[in-house]
Amino acid sequence: MRIGVPNEIHAGERRVATTPDVASQLIKLGFSVAVEANAGASASYSDSAYEAAGCEVLASAGDVWSQSDLILKVRAPEGDEEGLLRSDQVLICFLAPGQNTELLATLTNSGGTALSMDSVPRISRAQKMDALSSMANIAGYRAIVEAAQHFGRFFTGQITAAGKIPPAKVLVIGAGVAGLSAIGAAKSMGAIVRSFDTRPEVKEQVESMDAEFLMLEFDDEDGTGEGGYAKLMSDEFIAAEMALFAEQAKEVDIIITTALIPGRPAPRLILPEHVGLMKDGSVIVDLAAETGGNCELTEPGEVVVKDGVTIIGYTDLPSRLAAQSSQLYATNLRHLLTDMTPEKDGNLVIDFEDEVVRGATVCKDGETTYPPPAPKLSAAPPKAAEPEPMPVVEAKKPSIAGPIIMVVVAALALLGLGAVAPKEFMAHFTVFVLACFVGYMVIWNVSPALHTPLMSVTNAISSIIVIGALLQISSADTVIMWIAAATVLITSINIAGGFAVTRRMLEMFRK
Amino acid sequence: MISAGIVTVSYITATVLFILALGGLSSQETARRGNWYGIVGMTIALLATIFGVVTEHYELLLGALVIGGSIGIILARRVQMTQMPELVAILHSLVGLAAVAVGFASFMDPTKHLVGIDLTIHDIETYLGILIGAVTFSGSVIAFGKLSGRIGGSPLTLPGRHWFNLALLLGAIWFGYQFVVQSAAGGGLDPLIIMTVIALLFGIHMVMAIGGADMPVVVSMLNSYSGWAAAATGFMLNNDLLIVTGALVGSSGAILSYIMCRAMNRKFLAVIAGGFGTGGGKAAASGSDEDQGEVIPIEAHDTAALLAGAKEVMIIPGYGMAVAQAQHTVFEITRVLREKKINVRFGIHPVAGRMPGHMNVLLAEARVPYDIVFEMDEVNDDFPDVDVSVVIGANDIVNPSAQTDPDSPIAGMPVLECWKGKTTIVLKRSMATGYAGVQNPLFFKENTRMLFGDAKETLDEVLKTL
Repeated sequence: MRIGVPNEIHAGERRVATTPDVASQLIKLGFSVAVEANAGASASYSDSAYEAAGCEVLASAGDVWSQSDLILKVRAPEGDEEGLLRSDQVLICFLAPGQNTELLATLTNSGGTALSMDSVPRISRAQKMDALSSMANIAGYRAIVEAAQHFGRFFTGQITAAGKIPPAKVLVIGAGVAGLSAIGAAKSMGAIVRSFDTRPEVKEQVESMDAEFLMLEFDDEDGTGEGGYAKLMSDEFIAAEMALFAEQAKEVDIIITTALIPGRPAPRLILPEHVGLMKDGSVIVDLAAETGGNCELTEPGEVVVKDGVTIIGYTDLPSRLAAQSSQLYATNLRHLLTDMTPEKDGNLVIDFEDEVVRGATVCKDGETTYPPPAPKLSAAPPKAAEPEPMPVVEAKKPSIAGPIIMVVVAALALLGLGAVAPKEFMAHFTVFVLACFVGYMVIWNVSPALHTPLMSVTNAISSIIVIGALLQISSADTVIMWIAAATVLITSINIAGGFAVTRRMLEMFRK
Repeated sequence: MISAGIVTVSYITATVLFILALGGLSSQETARRGNWYGIVGMTIALLATIFGVVTEHYELLLGALVIGGSIGIILARRVQMTQMPELVAILHSLVGLAAVAVGFASFMDPTKHLVGIDLTIHDIETYLGILIGAVTFSGSVIAFGKLSGRIGGSPLTLPGRHWFNLALLLGAIWFGYQFVVQSAAGGGLDPLIIMTVIALLFGIHMVMAIGGADMPVVVSMLNSYSGWAAAATGFMLNNDLLIVTGALVGSSGAILSYIMCRAMNRKFLAVIAGGFGTGGGKAAASGSDEDQGEVIPIEAHDTAALLAGAKEVMIIPGYGMAVAQAQHTVFEITRVLREKKINVRFGIHPVAGRMPGHMNVLLAEARVPYDIVFEMDEVNDDFPDVDVSVVIGANDIVNPSAQTDPDSPIAGMPVLECWKGKTTIVLKRSMATGYAGVQNPLFFKENTRMLFGDAKETLDEVLKTL
């Protein structure tokens, strides 16, 4: 099958759906790859690099669409592209089928097959194909970079000869993939980072990144929705949340908002009065600008200054790191294609038994297949498992009867022995029992690392049995003499061998 | 000829020195001195006996000592550190054989004239010495065969093997009674020989039924038996030195067996009953059939990049490292990483390998400094801070289902919790299960990467990239 990668025509879009690296791996899967001229140029991948990787470079988008069986794109088709899908073609890109119902109808009517990367179910197996997470990660990082550019101060604190530089305080609202990525980036630049999220279970993740988790004391409200996203909260909760943000706005220098609820406009979290409370020169980066913004004053795609606060509403943050985001997106695509070409012969199999493929496919054979049936598993643990009943495998308490019986039997046996055994035997027996105790005390102190030398040295000294043979070797009976001689021979192997090998081992232990 | 008093004093000195030898092994610093105490103790005991007790046949005695000693030293020089378990096993068999020989020689000694209860007790002592010696001998020979690969490692499970064992035990008791009765009448050689055969059979059968993963228990158990054999011989010969030394060795081996069993969360009797990895394996198979998710493979150069980018690295070696002879490469990698100021540590599970402390010896041979080699309990709490854990040829000792799955055959066994670290790299030849026959959910975790191939070759590649 032939894969075609056209140029992205969306204004300002710099990403490309495959990179030379990934293209060469796709070729290994049995595909041939055609790329439109200059498709990767704005992501710093030249046509010659694609050619070197084994791709064909075609002059126009029309050629790519007409000659390929599988079209890989980043953005959904728009304008002229919408009508290009043929009934024998497969298209894979971000489609947002929930929002773009008209486009979905057009694609369905074409009779072709379309897979949407944003519909890949959020299950563990599909993590490597989760392009939304890849992009969110980049957006979070870039948000901090943008903030740093518009923030007129250091992120890290310093004491210099010219005075003290306070560290920047960053508040990240929404600790999803983007939020955590922003926390990591801000932290590594030296800022003091706090984070707020309606889902209490992300507390641990936030704290694992060394950031402070701000929590509202609401016992019975948990903002975890389906698929690991947040859900809408009650009015009371929102009021408390607003109060918290007002308090934080006075303190922090930078706010990054990443709050999204799937299929709804972004929640309004930062109101104009919050912006008014912030210090002059502060920065807000609104990652939800595309769906209306978490900040009321955000203007999507623009940077505006309101009340002395810079509000960044870029909607193309991943595209601003085009080389990296193209690489990750292309790799997500490749993972999906790897799963869909089980024979590695370049033939795409659209298997509706595969939960991931089923979830991603939005139309096929003239029928709309979106939304898919509910996924079986969620990325977030189901609520029931929340208080994690630590599955401690409890050792069964040994019943007390066993040891008591043992002690009684042993005591009776000893009494019986003492009653009949001669004095001499009892003397030896005393020595024996004492030696067992000494051994018990001494051996517990042995370092586990030296257990092998312990075995070889005990082996050597247990050859003390040679004494027995020595007592017999002077016997007048020749049979006994020869048996004794043989015993001396084998035990002396043991004595010399045991001590020598122990010495050899101990020599090796060094600091 | 020295007096009996001096011989006794020498024996006491030897006893003390033996105790000091074992005590010396409590740390690496004192261990070498401990070994010297042992050598000096043995020399004193030998000299005292030769000059105090032996009256004739000095040339035979010297010849046997010199020949045996030379063989022993050559063996010790030639043996590879990976073969230590085999060597220890075969040396145990020699102690067992010696106990049998001394027992028979003592029984045949015409100069002994005991009557009544003294004779009965002496007979029982002889009988026990030979019994334990014979079990130790045949068991050790089989263990040697299994450890050196001459005999297959999988457990032999005869139908009704527990009944067979019981029959052997009852037979041994019956012939013991016969022996005491006949010995009082002047005979008794026949039951003694039959019993020896029974004991040999029992030793063979017992070790044959035990699987490869339980070998550390078997080796330490045989170590213990060789001690009890010496102690029983001491009773027979009325010699306190033998009794004390035998008791020391016997309890040492027993404690090691106990430690090993605890490390596997298994009952000692269950190990001895054998058959591990067959009965349990079936129960586990039902669990492993479920879709566990997917393994994520990794290449050697990515592994090198991960290691080079880490701050805390934990290496978890298992028997697979010994098989692949990869310990020297592991050390080279450790050295390179440590030069880059990366904190590399080793986490050793008590039952890793085929003998207690096996991994420590291998790492020491590869010149890994012992102060970066840690026991499981010392490092298990540190895993959340570990960036990369490298599991080399180990399986069951890093299996999270021991903690999470109460139905697992290894449930409750303490394991190294490497999955709590940021990334775990597992070196493995294939996806086959470990000795316990249990599928390992670790391989399917999101933060686990599988590096397939021979441990030595892949590690060489990693080293080259580093």
